[in-house]
Amino acid sequence: MIRVMLPAHLRALARVKGEVELEVEGPPTQQSVLDTLEARYPMLRGTIRDHASHQRRPFIRFFACEEDLSHEAPDAPLPDAVTTGAEPLMIVGAIAGG
Amino acid sequence: MSGVRVLVGTRKGAFLLTADGNRKRWQVSGPHFGGWEIYHLAGSPVDPNRLYASQSTGWFGQLIQRSDDGGTTWEPVGNAFVYEGLPGTHQWYDGTPHPWEFTRVWHLTPSLTDVDTVYAGVADAALFRSVDGGQTWHELSGLRGHGSGSRWQPGAGGLCLHTILLDPHHAGRMFVAISAAGAFRSDDDGTTWRPINRGLKSDYIPDPDADVGHCVHKITLHPSRPHVLFMQKHWDIMRSDDAGDSWQEVSGNLPSDFGFPIAVHAHEPDTIYVVPIKSDSEHYPPDGKLRVYRSRSGGNEWEALTKGLPQRDCYVNVLRDALAVDALDPGGVYFGTTGGQVYASADGGDTWTPIVHDLPSVLSVEVQTLP
Repeated sequence: MIRVMLPAHLRALARVKGEVELEVEGPPTQQSVLDTLEARYPMLRGTIRDHASHQRRPFIRFFACEEDLSHEAPDAPLPDAVTTGAEPLMIVGAIAGG
Repeated sequence: MSGVRVLVGTRKGAFLLTADGNRKRWQVSGPHFGGWEIYHLAGSPVDPNRLYASQSTGWFGQLIQRSDDGGTTWEPVGNAFVYEGLPGTHQWYDGTPHPWEFTRVWHLTPSLTDVDTVYAGVADAALFRSVDGGQTWHELSGLRGHGSGSRWQPGAGGLCLHTILLDPHHAGRMFVAISAAGAFRSDDDGTTWRPINRGLKSDYIPDPDADVGHCVHKITLHPSRPHVLFMQKHWDIMRSDDAGDSWQEVSGNLPSDFGFPIAVHAHEPDTIYVVPIKSDSEHYPPDGKLRVYRSRSGGNEWEALTKGLPQRDCYVNVLRDALAVDALDPGGVYFGTTGGQVYASADGGDTWTPIVHDLPSVLSVEVQTLP
């Protein structure tokens, strides 16, 4: 089970409170977690990554285990603590004015 | 008694302002989608309970929201706006080629006849259509592809398609306007397009009367006479009596002919409204006086409408989508400001009252006249 923490605006959009818990098929990666997340919450498509290219939106970051995973390859394995559910994968809106 | 619903898009959410036909007591609903930029909301002429909203932020991109109950509840619908084919390039601010990139939906225009058909004008400038209530969107690529697209250049707000007008008399005819490319017309339901900018003169482009490159801020028409178009260009108020084939300036005695919105009275096709702004660098009213100007002659002769509007120390702007009319009798006029005020006039502009004072900066105002 993978725990995902969404930013507040995306929790409101998906109508969830707190963390989202996902069962991901195969080795958990950023890509497989986001595929699973978007399949369960289709309204999130396009808000975290591009519809077609799947490129991360510029003001979105991925944090876990006190590390910035934003620039890891999308198919790189996530840290063990995330794959075991001990730590959440945090999807964060960058501090960038607004 | 019939009533009105004013749809207000702001930098930080949407607000719905409702009143009965007297337009004196208002109820305010919102913020809807708090924290998101709402560039535009629009209601279907077929079913006034069907609303569409363009919701976006720099963080999370573009969403389209739909309501089927007049704005009480909303559901996100499709948000994939994918240019057809190879996107190609337009001009960047410095004149170099720049790839077409989708940033946001500026404007939504529901069909006059089908509740599930809606058009979206986007940046970088393109026109999309949905025929399933906003679930899926397809580009009408003949607009970008007609030949001049590679010469279009963004205005200060980006290369945005901000106006979509549907002709209620001439089947398949529609008009769009793009900053800073100009106005365009299709006579075949959006399949093919041509520029309609003859008569425009813009000193800020190398060839002042070029076929494209003009910073058209807004165009409008009266549904009873859709071959007559009115335009607020970057500078100049323009009028066309031949569906855009040619334009004549009708700025007349305005204190400034720079501005953003333009609107036509619901019952008087020759009564038009503009909000003069001092200049393209000073985006506030001349002399610190917020004045709507009305022409009852289709342009050239203008009168200032000031009762109820601040006449000193006022330095707000009124953006291109932030002026609208209702179809009650007498006809009402509404506008929103970058200072967060929404003003209403229930007597065609003679007197004004603020409905709300302190919203976030207003991006758009649309009005639904309810049965």
